[in-house]
Amino acid sequence: MTDDQLAVPEPHSTPASTGDADTIDRFQDPGLPAHRPRRADVDEKAAKRAEHQVSFMFTLSILASLAFAICYFAVDPNLRGRLIIIGPMNLYHLILGLTMAASLLFIGLGAVHWAKTLMPDTEVAEERHLQASDQAARDEAAGILSQGFRDSQLDRRPVLLALTGGALALFAIPVALPTIFGLGPLPGDALETTVWKRGMRLMIDPSGTPIRPEHLTQGSVIHVMPEGFVGDTHGEDAPSALEIMEVKATASVLLVKLNPGDIQSQKQLDWGVDGIVAYSKICTHVGCPVALYERQTHHLLCPCHQSTFDMTDDCKVIFGPAKRPLPQLPIMVENGYLVAADGFAEPVGPSYWERG
Amino acid sequence: MTTIPQGAGSVRDRSTTETSTDDAKPSLPPPVVWADERLGVAKGMGLFKKVFPDHWSFLLGEIAMYSMIICLITGTFLTFWFVPSMAHVVYDGSYVPLKGVGMSEAYASTLDISFDIKGGLLIRQLHHWAALLFIVGIALHVARVFFTGAFRKPRELNWVIGTVLSLLAIIEGFAGYSLPDDLLSGTGIRAMNGFMSSAPVIGTYLTFFVFGGEFPGESIIPRLYIAHVLLLPALLVGLFAVHIFLVFWHKHTQYPGPGRTNNNVVGFPLLPVYTAKAGGFFFIVFGLTALISATVTINAVWAYGPYDPAQVTAGSQPDFYMWFSDGALRLLPGFMEFELWGFTFSPQIFLGSLVLLPLVWIILGAYPFIEQWVTGDKREHHLLDRPRNAPVRTAIGTAGISMYLVLALATINDIIAIKLHLSINDITVALRVLFFLAPVVAFMVTKRLCLSLQRADRELVLHGTESGRIQRTADGRFYEVHEDLSEYDRWPLVQHEPMRPLSVTEESETDEYGVDRPRGIAYKARRALSEFYFKDRVEPVTPAEVAAAHHHGEAEALPGGHAEALEESHAEEHASLRSDDRH
Repeated sequence: MTDDQLAVPEPHSTPASTGDADTIDRFQDPGLPAHRPRRADVDEKAAKRAEHQVSFMFTLSILASLAFAICYFAVDPNLRGRLIIIGPMNLYHLILGLTMAASLLFIGLGAVHWAKTLMPDTEVAEERHLQASDQAARDEAAGILSQGFRDSQLDRRPVLLALTGGALALFAIPVALPTIFGLGPLPGDALETTVWKRGMRLMIDPSGTPIRPEHLTQGSVIHVMPEGFVGDTHGEDAPSALEIMEVKATASVLLVKLNPGDIQSQKQLDWGVDGIVAYSKICTHVGCPVALYERQTHHLLCPCHQSTFDMTDDCKVIFGPAKRPLPQLPIMVENGYLVAADGFAEPVGPSYWERG
Repeated sequence: MTTIPQGAGSVRDRSTTETSTDDAKPSLPPPVVWADERLGVAKGMGLFKKVFPDHWSFLLGEIAMYSMIICLITGTFLTFWFVPSMAHVVYDGSYVPLKGVGMSEAYASTLDISFDIKGGLLIRQLHHWAALLFIVGIALHVARVFFTGAFRKPRELNWVIGTVLSLLAIIEGFAGYSLPDDLLSGTGIRAMNGFMSSAPVIGTYLTFFVFGGEFPGESIIPRLYIAHVLLLPALLVGLFAVHIFLVFWHKHTQYPGPGRTNNNVVGFPLLPVYTAKAGGFFFIVFGLTALISATVTINAVWAYGPYDPAQVTAGSQPDFYMWFSDGALRLLPGFMEFELWGFTFSPQIFLGSLVLLPLVWIILGAYPFIEQWVTGDKREHHLLDRPRNAPVRTAIGTAGISMYLVLALATINDIIAIKLHLSINDITVALRVLFFLAPVVAFMVTKRLCLSLQRADRELVLHGTESGRIQRTADGRFYEVHEDLSEYDRWPLVQHEPMRPLSVTEESETDEYGVDRPRGIAYKARRALSEFYFKDRVEPVTPAEVAAAHHHGEAEALPGGHAEALEESHAEEHASLRSDDRH
C-alpha cells in the first residue's frame, strides 16, 4: 500500500493503534470494476422508453401546478368532506396540498429517473491531496505573519499588544450592558408574594362567583381565582389582561372539600373550613397547573411531569420530580362566603435560588 | 462481451466524438461571457466537474438541508401574517368555536393563517412538518457520520460545526412551536420558565431578563419570534454555509470498495448527474412533505385553545426533539432538591434541562478528539469505516442512542400508562432503572454483534459463497461446493486496517525485570482506553489465510478428510476472535 499517500503518517504522527508488521500480507485493491452498460445504454427502445417516462412525469408536474392555480381560485375554501381513513376534513386544504405535492414530486422523480437511466453512469475518480500545505507554503506563511508582527512593531512594544487586547476585549461592554440589563426588571421580592391577602374572596374560575361553604359537596373540586381577577373584569379599576395572566400564573388555587376525618395534618385542618382546603395550583416543580384530581385516592397529579401530591397529607409529594408540598392558602368564612384568612405563607410555584 | 452501443450511451458517445473531431467547439453563451468579464466565472466552472460518491446514507444530510430550505420558504410566508404580540384581543375570525374568546394577538393571527388565509393552513403544516423532518434528518445524518467514522481527521472541525448546528436546530424548533401561544406551547414556555429559574445563583435574574419580568409577561413571544426568524436562522444558515463549504473543500468521504482509496473520490460529477439527482431529491423531499401536510394534521392549535396559565391538558408533550429533555425532567426524582446556606439547589430540574442539553452536545463535539487521542491516529481518513469494523465505537453509539430513547420514552410515560393500562409510577421507576441498564446492555449486544458480523465476513472470505451445487465423492459422500468470492466482492471485506491496542503495538508496561515502567497518568488512561477499544477484535483476512483455507477445502473433498477439516475450521474460528488476555 505504498501508493496510499494520505495513509503515510506525517513525520510527527505515528499511528499507535495500527500494526504495520503485516501490511505486506494484505490483499491488493483490484481497482474499479469495468462499467456495465444499462439497458438504455445499449437498447434504443429502452432509451426512448426512459425518455417518455421522464417526459410523462414532467408533464404531470406541469398539469398539477396548473391544477393548483385553478383550484386556488375556483374551489370554495370552506369545502368540507369525509375521506376514508382520514375522516372529515377541509377538502380545499387537501386539494391544494395534493396538487402541490404532485407538482413537486413529479419534478423530483422525473429528474432522478433521467439521471439514473439516460445520464452517464460511468463512475469517475477524482484525486485527493493532503489538506496540510507543504513546508515551503508553511514557511512563506510564517514569514508573512512574522513580517506583519514586526512591521506593526508589536514585538518591540508589548504595552501596545496588551492594551489592544484589553480594548478589544472590553468594547462589547457598552453594547451588551444596556441590552442585557434592559431586558427585564430585577426580580426583587416579586416571587415571594401573590395578590392574595386577608379578606379577599375566593371566586370560581371562570364564572367569577363567590363560594358558600355549604354549597360544596364532599369530594368536589373547584378552580379558584382571587376576587377582582376573574369573571367580569371590565370595571373602572379593573386589572389589565397582563395583570390577570400574571395572577393566574401565581395565585390560582384549587379548592377541595374533604372529609375532615381523612385529613392527617392538624395545620391543614386549621387553615381550612370544615374540611374545605385551598392549595396553590402551581406545581412546585416547574410551574404547570396541577389540575388532575383523583377523587378516590385524593391525589393531585401534575400532567406535565407527573408530580403527585397527597391532598389528605398537606399536599406532600408522594411521587415524581417535585420536592416541596403545594403551599396551602389559609381560608375562613366571612359574611357566608369563603375568603382568604391570609396570603400564602411561602412563595408559590417552582423552586428558585433565593427561595431558601 | 461485444455490444454495439445503440441507446443513450451511443448518443452520448457520438456527441462527444463529434464535438472533439469537429471544429465546432462549444463556446460560452453570452450571459456567461458577460458574467465572466466582470466576475471571472469561467474559472470557477471546474466546480461542476467535482465528484460526489453515491450512497443512500449520504442522502440523510441532504434531507436535513432541503427541509431547512423548505422551512425558510414557508417561514417567510408565515411572517407576512403572524403577529408576534401578546396583546389581548377578542377573536372574531371564521373559526366558530373560538369566536368571542379572549386571546393573544399571536394566537389570533395563527388562527387567521389557519382559517382565513387561503392555503395558509397548508403552508403552516408544511412549516411544522419540515421542521420535524429537518431535525429527523439531522439526527440520522449525525448517526451516519458517527457510525462510519466520517468525523475523523481532517473533518473534526466540521463535526463540531455540525453538532452546533443540530443544537441550534433544536432551539430553533422550540422557539418556533412556542410562538402560536396556544395552551400546549404556553405550557412548554411555562416549563422553560421553571427550569430556567432552577439555575443556581442566576436563575431568577435569568427568567426576569428573558421574560421581561414575571411569568408570563408580554415579552417572551416577541423575543422568541426575533430569535426564531432572525438570530437563529442567521446562525443556522451561516454555519450551514461553512458546513457545506467544508464538504466541498475536503471532498466527500466514500465507502470502501474496489478502486475507492484514501487518495481518491469515486462517483459522479456535479454536472449533470449530481445536479439532477440532488436537485431532484430536493423536489422529492418537498413533495413528500407537502403530501404529509395535505393529509396529516399537525399541531391543531385551534383545538387546544389560547394559553391560560391556570389550565393544562393531560397528555402535554413537546415536539419529539425535546422529548429527551422533558423525559429527564420526569425521571429525575424530587428528593434531589436540597437547601444549603439559605439557597435552594434543584438538581432534579437543572440537570435534566440546563445541564443535559449542553452536556450531550459537549460530549458529541469532543468525541472525535477523544477517539483520536486513544488511537493516536493522526492521519487523514477519507474512507469510511463499516460500523462493524469499529465495534466499540458502534457500541458507544448505540449505548448513547439507548439512553436517548429511554429519556424520550419517559416523556410519553402518561400516554404509555393510558394505552397499556399500566401504573405511571411503575413505568417511571422502570425507566429510571432502564436509563442505567439499557446503555450497558446495548453496548454489550452491539459489540458482540459487530464482532460476529466481522467473523461472518471472515467466514465468507475464507470459505466463499454456497453455490447450491451438491457434489458426490467417490465414496458416496455429498458436500456442497463453495465458490470463492470475486476479488471485487472480497475487497470491501478485507480492506480495513486491523486496529490493535497499545498493549500489542507498544512495549509492555513492565520491563524485562518485571518492574513497572514509569508512566504518567495520562498514558495509563490512554492505554486502558486503548484496551477498552481494541482488546476484543477480529482481524481482516490475509491472502495467506485464504490460501490455507483453500487447502482445507481440498481436504474436505478427500475421502475421510471431512471431520478433520471441520475441527480445524472451528479452531480457526476461535482463533479469529482475539482477546489479549495477558494475565
